[in-house]
Amino acid sequence: MSLKLTLKKKPSVPVEAESICPDVMEGLDLKQIAALPLHHGNEQVTVGDFFKVTGKSNGEIRLEGDTSRFKMVGDSMSRGRILIKGSIGQHVGVHMSGGEIIVAKNASDWVGPEMSGGRIIVKGNAGHMVGCAYRGGQVGVTGGEIIVHGNAGNEIGNTMRDGLIAIGGNSGDFTGVGMLAGTVIVLGKMGWRNGAAMKRGTIVSMEDAEMLPTFTYACSYRPNFLRLYLRHLRDAGLPIKDAWINGSYHRWSGDSIALNRGEALIFDR
Amino acid sequence: MRIKSTEIVDTFAEAFEMWGTRMIITADAPEWADAAAQSVTGFATSVIGCKCEAGIERVLSADETPDGRPGVSVLLFAFDPDGVANRLVERVGQCVMTCPTTACFNGLEAKKNVVVGGKLRYFGDGYQIGKRLGGSRYWRIPVMDGEFVVADRFGVQAAVGGGNILISGTTSKSCLRAAKAATAAMREVPGIILPFPGGVVRSGSKVGSKYKELPASSNQAYCPTLRGFASGTDVAKGVGCVLEIVIDGLTLDAVEEAMRRGLKAAARPGIKQISAGNYGGDLGKYHIGLHGLLKRKTAKRKSS
Repeated sequence: MSLKLTLKKKPSVPVEAESICPDVMEGLDLKQIAALPLHHGNEQVTVGDFFKVTGKSNGEIRLEGDTSRFKMVGDSMSRGRILIKGSIGQHVGVHMSGGEIIVAKNASDWVGPEMSGGRIIVKGNAGHMVGCAYRGGQVGVTGGEIIVHGNAGNEIGNTMRDGLIAIGGNSGDFTGVGMLAGTVIVLGKMGWRNGAAMKRGTIVSMEDAEMLPTFTYACSYRPNFLRLYLRHLRDAGLPIKDAWINGSYHRWSGDSIALNRGEALIFDR
Repeated sequence: MRIKSTEIVDTFAEAFEMWGTRMIITADAPEWADAAAQSVTGFATSVIGCKCEAGIERVLSADETPDGRPGVSVLLFAFDPDGVANRLVERVGQCVMTCPTTACFNGLEAKKNVVVGGKLRYFGDGYQIGKRLGGSRYWRIPVMDGEFVVADRFGVQAAVGGGNILISGTTSKSCLRAAKAATAAMREVPGIILPFPGGVVRSGSKVGSKYKELPASSNQAYCPTLRGFASGTDVAKGVGCVLEIVIDGLTLDAVEEAMRRGLKAAARPGIKQISAGNYGGDLGKYHIGLHGLLKRKTAKRKSS
């Protein structure tokens, strides 16, 4: 039996909820969990002020109700599991290094910023800045996986250095901007200026994409490594077509204003 | 003990501790996966002369491989983990990477791993790309048909080499027929290979030689032509041909099961006797008794 946090009242302003994390709650009794601090605007409140706490703390937390105004859930999470039955606010899984977060509906901006391990699955849409570095940071995601079944906003994977970000729908502008390594896969259409200033790394799209003039076309070929990724994503529940697994991709190299060792693989229909 | 008309000699096969690994070779078409597998297992019959023993474990369908393409599972054995690592780097580099459309994946989850792709990547001369997915690391090495994908590390585990049976037949024809039946039965067992050509060896060896520089020499005890005068012959009266089947396996259980099936399959008309090769019991870690196998007993493990 997992720990269940059922929302009693929707907050009037966003709540910073770093305490909602298996690392913090594991081993505590229900009374101790209810007493953990949250920040509601400029006011310190407790978990018990907003949630009915039931079940047992065993490494898995279930969040029930409309939690779209709860930010930083799973902050620095290293193990366990968080199941979010509704939507979730900004910064979910920030600095996460292990475990799994599953969001049944939508996630706001900044999903998994600077995460280094674990997995975040968003069954709905996600906002901007999925898997990014914070402003001023040099390195974004360094490991782990973020899988968004729906659409996502701008700057997906900004300065990521390792790991996998997959978007089941479309992505916004500047997908993979400043990438250092790692893999971004967009099953839908990407916005503008994808891969700008990327040094290394891989951006994949199944739809045509307008490449920056600082990218150079190489060839159409069948990248075997991509088969591993697409099969992995199919196992994770994304609707991967056989044609994508077996097909050819246009390879573009870039960005030549940076190291020029990055690549964009655009499905060759 | 007899199976039908064939005598099963009350002796044991003396097997050795080796280290083994499994590689999964895939390609766009089965024939290319097979070409790479045949090449990578070439000249790998005996660890003494070839530095490793290797063979095809089985053909894999597309839904059994990491990248969803047709493949072949290959086992490779050497004396120690470093030996396995060195042979993998040599053979994957020369025999798999060179073969069109192939990729090479680790097929053995083990506590100990050796670096293979992490060394081969330098062939990419700086253009190689590393990828990490699901806890595994892969290297993409640019080649002339696209990219060669190879796992960074391969699992290695303590294994068993040198399980064997010796089939003594009245004629070459009957002995070959029995050996063929035995190898077919043995190959049904997962986790084993038969490293010799067609799974059968005719030049059984003993340790040492009258020529000091040779570590091994012909085992005259099983050479029918020497029965008349060689010392200590084990060739039974009426035997005109002896063939050996050597089995290497990832586990002792797998080697035993292969030997058990092989014994039963080889015992047929024209086969006078089935025995096993050993060195008196002083060299190998495992003593696999033939009668024990047929009574479904586990092998005796020599105390170390």
